[in-house]
Amino acid sequence: MESLREPIRPLTLDVSDVPSVAFGPSNTTRLANVFYMTIEGMMFALLFASYFYLRTRVQQWPPGHLAPDLRYGVANAIIFILSVIPARWVQKRAPSGDRAAIRIGLMVLAAFALLATAIRVFEFTTLNCRWSDDAYSSTLWVLIGMHAGHLVTELIETIVLLAVALTDKMEGTRLADAAINSDYWYFVVVTGLLNFIFIYGLPRLL
Amino acid sequence: MATTEPVIANGKDTHDTELAWRLARTWYQPRGVWGWLSNTHHTAVGIRFMVTAFIFLLLGGVLAALMRLQLIKPENSLLGPDLYNQIFTMHGSTMIFLFAVPMMFQGFGVYVVPLMCGARNIAFPRLNLFSYYLYVGGALVLWGGLLTNTGPDVGWFAYVPLSGPQYSPGHRADIWSQMITFTEVSALGVAVCLATTILRYRAPGMTLNRMPILLWEKLTISFMVIFAMPAVMVASGLLLLDRLVGTHFFNPAEGGDVLLYQHLFWFFGHPEVYIIFLPGAAIVSTVVSCFSRRRIFGHTPIVVSVVATGFIGFGVWVHHMFATGLPQLSESFFTAASLMIVIPTGVQFFCWLATIWNGRVQMRLPMLWAFGFFFVFLIGGLSGVMLASVPVDTQVHDTYFIVAHFHYVLIGGALFPMFAGLYFWFPKMTGRMPDGALGKWHFWLFFIGFNLTFFTMHFLGLHGMTRRVYTYLPDMHWQGLNRLASIGVAFMTAGLLVFIANILRSRRLGARAGDNPWGDSGLEWGTSSPPPPYNFLHPPTVNGRDALWDAAPDQAVVVGLRDDIREVLVTHSLDSNPQHKDEDPGPSIWPFLASVAVSATFVGSIFTPWAVPYGAPLVIITLIGWLWPRGHSPAPLPQRTSWSH
Amino acid sequence: MIAALFVIAQAMPLDPGRHNILRPGAPQGSHIEWLYWVIFWIVFAVYVLLILGFTRAGARSRSDAVYPLPVFEDKEGDERAKWAVGTAIAVTVVTLFVVLVLSVVTGKKAAGLTSKNPVTIQVIGHQWWWEVVYPNPQADLTVTTANEIHVPVNTPVVILTNSSDVIHSFWAPGITGKRDLLPGYSSAFWFKLEQPGTYRGQCAEFCGLQHAHMGFSVIAQSLEDFQAWQQQQLKPAAEPSNDETSRGRAVFLTHACQMCHTIRGTDAGSRLGPDLTHLATRNMIAAETLPNSRGALAGWILDPQRIKPGAEMAPNSLSPDDLQALLAYLQTLQ
Repeated sequence: MESLREPIRPLTLDVSDVPSVAFGPSNTTRLANVFYMTIEGMMFALLFASYFYLRTRVQQWPPGHLAPDLRYGVANAIIFILSVIPARWVQKRAPSGDRAAIRIGLMVLAAFALLATAIRVFEFTTLNCRWSDDAYSSTLWVLIGMHAGHLVTELIETIVLLAVALTDKMEGTRLADAAINSDYWYFVVVTGLLNFIFIYGLPRLL
Repeated sequence: MATTEPVIANGKDTHDTELAWRLARTWYQPRGVWGWLSNTHHTAVGIRFMVTAFIFLLLGGVLAALMRLQLIKPENSLLGPDLYNQIFTMHGSTMIFLFAVPMMFQGFGVYVVPLMCGARNIAFPRLNLFSYYLYVGGALVLWGGLLTNTGPDVGWFAYVPLSGPQYSPGHRADIWSQMITFTEVSALGVAVCLATTILRYRAPGMTLNRMPILLWEKLTISFMVIFAMPAVMVASGLLLLDRLVGTHFFNPAEGGDVLLYQHLFWFFGHPEVYIIFLPGAAIVSTVVSCFSRRRIFGHTPIVVSVVATGFIGFGVWVHHMFATGLPQLSESFFTAASLMIVIPTGVQFFCWLATIWNGRVQMRLPMLWAFGFFFVFLIGGLSGVMLASVPVDTQVHDTYFIVAHFHYVLIGGALFPMFAGLYFWFPKMTGRMPDGALGKWHFWLFFIGFNLTFFTMHFLGLHGMTRRVYTYLPDMHWQGLNRLASIGVAFMTAGLLVFIANILRSRRLGARAGDNPWGDSGLEWGTSSPPPPYNFLHPPTVNGRDALWDAAPDQAVVVGLRDDIREVLVTHSLDSNPQHKDEDPGPSIWPFLASVAVSATFVGSIFTPWAVPYGAPLVIITLIGWLWPRGHSPAPLPQRTSWSH
Repeated sequence: MIAALFVIAQAMPLDPGRHNILRPGAPQGSHIEWLYWVIFWIVFAVYVLLILGFTRAGARSRSDAVYPLPVFEDKEGDERAKWAVGTAIAVTVVTLFVVLVLSVVTGKKAAGLTSKNPVTIQVIGHQWWWEVVYPNPQADLTVTTANEIHVPVNTPVVILTNSSDVIHSFWAPGITGKRDLLPGYSSAFWFKLEQPGTYRGQCAEFCGLQHAHMGFSVIAQSLEDFQAWQQQQLKPAAEPSNDETSRGRAVFLTHACQMCHTIRGTDAGSRLGPDLTHLATRNMIAAETLPNSRGALAGWILDPQRIKPGAEMAPNSLSPDDLQALLAYLQTLQ
C-alpha cells in the first residue's frame, strides 16, 4: 500500500540552459515589429488605393496642378537608398555586441534620418498644391505627411537607441532591439520609395 | 501534483511551497489604486476588459430601451429627432466598439489565451495595459460627448457627406471619429499581444497541430484585426481631416468621392462582424466539447473553416453597398463570395452537431447558452443567406429586417456565447461556481425577450419600416409590432438583472470550484482557481490536442525558469520547442501615463490641430519612460547537470 | 413562439400604398417577392432540420449528473458522423449554388430594360424632400414638382437619381428595390407599373434629423390621365381670382416664402424648397407627412418645426387674416 501513497513524479523539461537573448526570427519584439509594420503597411496600401480610386474620378491627373517638383523628392529617394547601408551594418554588428560599431552605425543612421526629415520639410513647399485645394492635393499631403510621421518616429527611436548605446545598458536584448530598429528603417525606406514612385513618377509617366 | 516534490529552480533543490512563495514574491503585482493603474498581469487586465465592456453593454442597453420606448407608439414625442439620432448612433457605436470587440476579442482573449497556452503572462503586458487604458479613454470621450450634448448623431458608420464638415457642424462627428482611433489602436495593440502569445508562448509540446480551436480562432482574429482595423482608421482619419483641416477626400465638389468612404469603412466593417462572431464560435467549440464529454468532432475541418472565414471575410464588403447601384458583374461576384462564407460556418455547425450527437450531454449553464446560440444564431445566419441575394437585399436593405438580421447575428453570435463563456470561466476567475437556478432564469428571460423583440422586427422590415427613423406615421400600422418588440426589452432587462445578481452573489457565496470543476481539457484548468500571479507553479507541457485529457500521469513540467526574475519561456511558432527566454517587464505606471498623454493629444486635436505638436513630446516622453531599460538582461544560468529521472 | 409571431404579423392591418415588400404591385417587385419566398422556404427547411438535429442530439444521451462525467471516445459513431457531415456539406454547397443562380437570374429579370420609349424622371434628394423633374429639351416643357411622382401605367419609367446634399435612398417597397441617391454620382434605374394606384415610398438611407419624415408617392395613371396631368403642370400658376387670393399672393411674395419656393408666373423663383406652382394638385404636404388640407397647411406654415423638428423651413408669424388669405391663395394653385 505504500506505493499508492507515493505521488507520481512528473517528468521535467529543463530549460535552464536555453539562451535569454535571441537575434533573428525567434525574437518576440521582432515579431511585434513585423505586426506593426503590417498594420502601417495596410494603412499605406489603403491610402495608395484611395489615391488610385480618386484618380478614376477625374479626367486629368494631376487635376489642374503641376506634378510635384522632382528636386527634393529625388534627393530623399537617394538618401533612403543610401541609408540602407548603415542600417544593415548595425543589424550585422549587433549580435556581436560590438558597442563602438553600433554607436557609429546608429549615429550615421540618425544623421540620414535627420537629413531626410529636413529635406521633407522643403519637399512640402514644392508639391505645387495645398492640401485644401482638392482631393488629389489632400491625398498627396496625407501620404507624404504620414510618411513624414514615420520618419520622425524612426528618427526619435534611433536617437533613443543611440542614447542607450552611450550608456552601459546596450547589451542583451537591447542589442536585439538595435537590430530590429533597422527592420523598421527598411520599412520607412520602402514606403518612402513607393511614395516617390506613385506621387512623383506616375503622373509624369501616365 | 504533490506539494512535497523536490524540484530544481536556480540550481537549488527546493520544495513546491517554497517555490510558490518565491514566485509570488517575484511576480508580485501592486494592489489598490496603484495596482489599478500599473498591474500588468493578464488575468487582472482581462477581467477589467470584461467588466468595463459589460458596463458598456448595460449602458448601450439603456439606450436601446429608450429607443424602444420612443417607438412604442406613432409620432411619439418622448425623444426628439436630435436626441434620438444621438441615441441610436451611441447605441451602435457603444455596442460594436465599446462592448462587442473589447469583450469578445480583448476580454476573453487577454484572460484565457495565456492560460490556455500555459504561459506565465501575456506577451508585451505593458502594451496590453496601455491598450486597456486607451480603450477606456475612447469610451470616456464618446460618453462624455453624449453627456455634454455632443454625442455623435450620424449613425455608427457615419456615412459622408452627412458626417462631413458641411452637414455636421460642431464636434459630434469628430468625437465619433476620434473614438474610432482610440478603440482601434487598443484592439490592434491587443491583437499584437495575443498573436505573439499564441505563436511564441505556447507550452512545449503544443505544436501548431495540437493547438486548441480557441487559440486558432484568436490567432485568426488577431490577424483579421491587423488587416482590417487600419481601414477604419484610414476612413475615420480622413473624415477627421476633412472636418478639421479642410481636406477634400469625400467632397464631390472638389474631386472627392463619397463611395470611397463606404469602401474603406466596409473593408473593415465586414471582417469586423467575424471579429465579433469568431470568438463566440470559439467559446461554443470549447463548451460543446467539454459538456458532450468528448473531443470535438472534426478538429481539423473546424480549424480550416475558421481560417477560411478569416480570408473570405475580406471579400464580401460590397454586400453592404448593393443599393448604391454597382455594376451587375461585381454584384454577382460579391453575392457568390457572401454565399461562400456560409460554407465554413456550416461546417462548424455540422461538427458541433456531430459532437453533441455522439456525446453524453450535460446541460450545465454554459451548454444551455451554447444551445441558445444554436437556436438564435442560425436564424441570423440563414437570413444572411437571403441578404446575399442582390434583388432581395435591395428590398430589405436599411429596413428593420436588417436590424433583426444583425441583432440575431451579433446577439446570437456574441452575446449568447459570451454568457456561455462567462459562466464557463467564472469558476476560474473567482474560484466559485455560478448559481445554476438563477442562471436558468437568466437564460429563459433573456431568450424569450430577445426573440420577442427581434423576431418581430423581421415583419416590421417586410412591412416597409426603414431603420433609423425616430418615429412613424399612424397610417403605417406599425404600432402593434413595435409595441410587441418593446415588450421584449422588459424580459431582456429582467434577465440581465438576474445575471448580475447571480455574479455578485456567487463570487462571494458560490460553491468552491476547485481547479477544474467542469472537467475540461484546456491548460487553464490545470492551475488553481483563481490562478496565482505567475499562473503556473511549473509551466506545463502538452501531449495532445486536449491537453489535460491527453496528459500522461507523469506529464513533464518545465523547470529551470528563474524564480528571482520574471522569466518566461519562448517557444517555436510551429513545433513549440523551447527557443529562448524573455523577461516579463513587470508592473509599470508608464503605460497608463502614455495612454493619458495619447488621449489628451487625440481629444485636443478635435479642437485645435496644435494639440498634435504640443501633445507629441508628452507621448514621446512617456514612451521613453515605458521602454527605457532598467537593470540588465538576465544572464543564463550556469551550466549544470539537470535533475530528472 | 415564433409561429405565434408569424400569425400576429399576418393579422396586421395593411399599410397604405402597398408599402410592403410582400404585397408588390409591379412586375419587378413580384419577381423579388417570388425569389424572397423561394429562398425563405429553403432556409426555413434548413433551420427546421438543424434545430431538430440539435434537439434530438441534446436529448439522446443527456445526463443530469452535476459532476463531470468521464471523457469517452466513440470511434464507430465518429465514422458515421464523418459521412453525415460530409453529405451535409455537399448539400449545403449545392443549395448555395442554387440560391446563387436563382438570385442572379431574378436580378437580371428585374433589371433588364424590356421596352423602348420610356418616361424619364429625374429625382433629386434634398434634406428632407424629393424634387421631381420631368426633363425636356425645351425648358418650358419641363415639369418640376415635389414628392409626388406621376407615371403612366404600362410604360417603362427611368429614374435618374441625384442628390443635392447628403445620401438618400429612393425606395417604394411595392414597386422594386431601393436605389441610393449619391451626391457626385448620377445613376439610373427603371420600373414599370401595370395597375393604376398610389404606391408609397420613403427615404431608406439615414439622412439627418427628418429622415423619418421623408416620404414620397408614386401615382400610376392611365396614359391619358398622365398626359392631362402633365399638361396641367406645365401651365403657370393660376392668377388670383378675388381679393382674398390676391392678398394671399402678396403675402407669399412679401414674406419668407418666396426666399425658398417657386411659383411659376410670379416673382417667386427660388429653388431651395419644393416648387409650389401646382401645390393644390398634391394629396399630401411636407414629404407625405400631412394631408393637403387647409388646417394641416396652416399648421405647417406657422410652425413646421413642431411637425418636423430640424426641417429647413423656419416658423412664420402671420396675422390671422394674412394666414387665411395665404391659405386661400395656395388652395387655388391647381
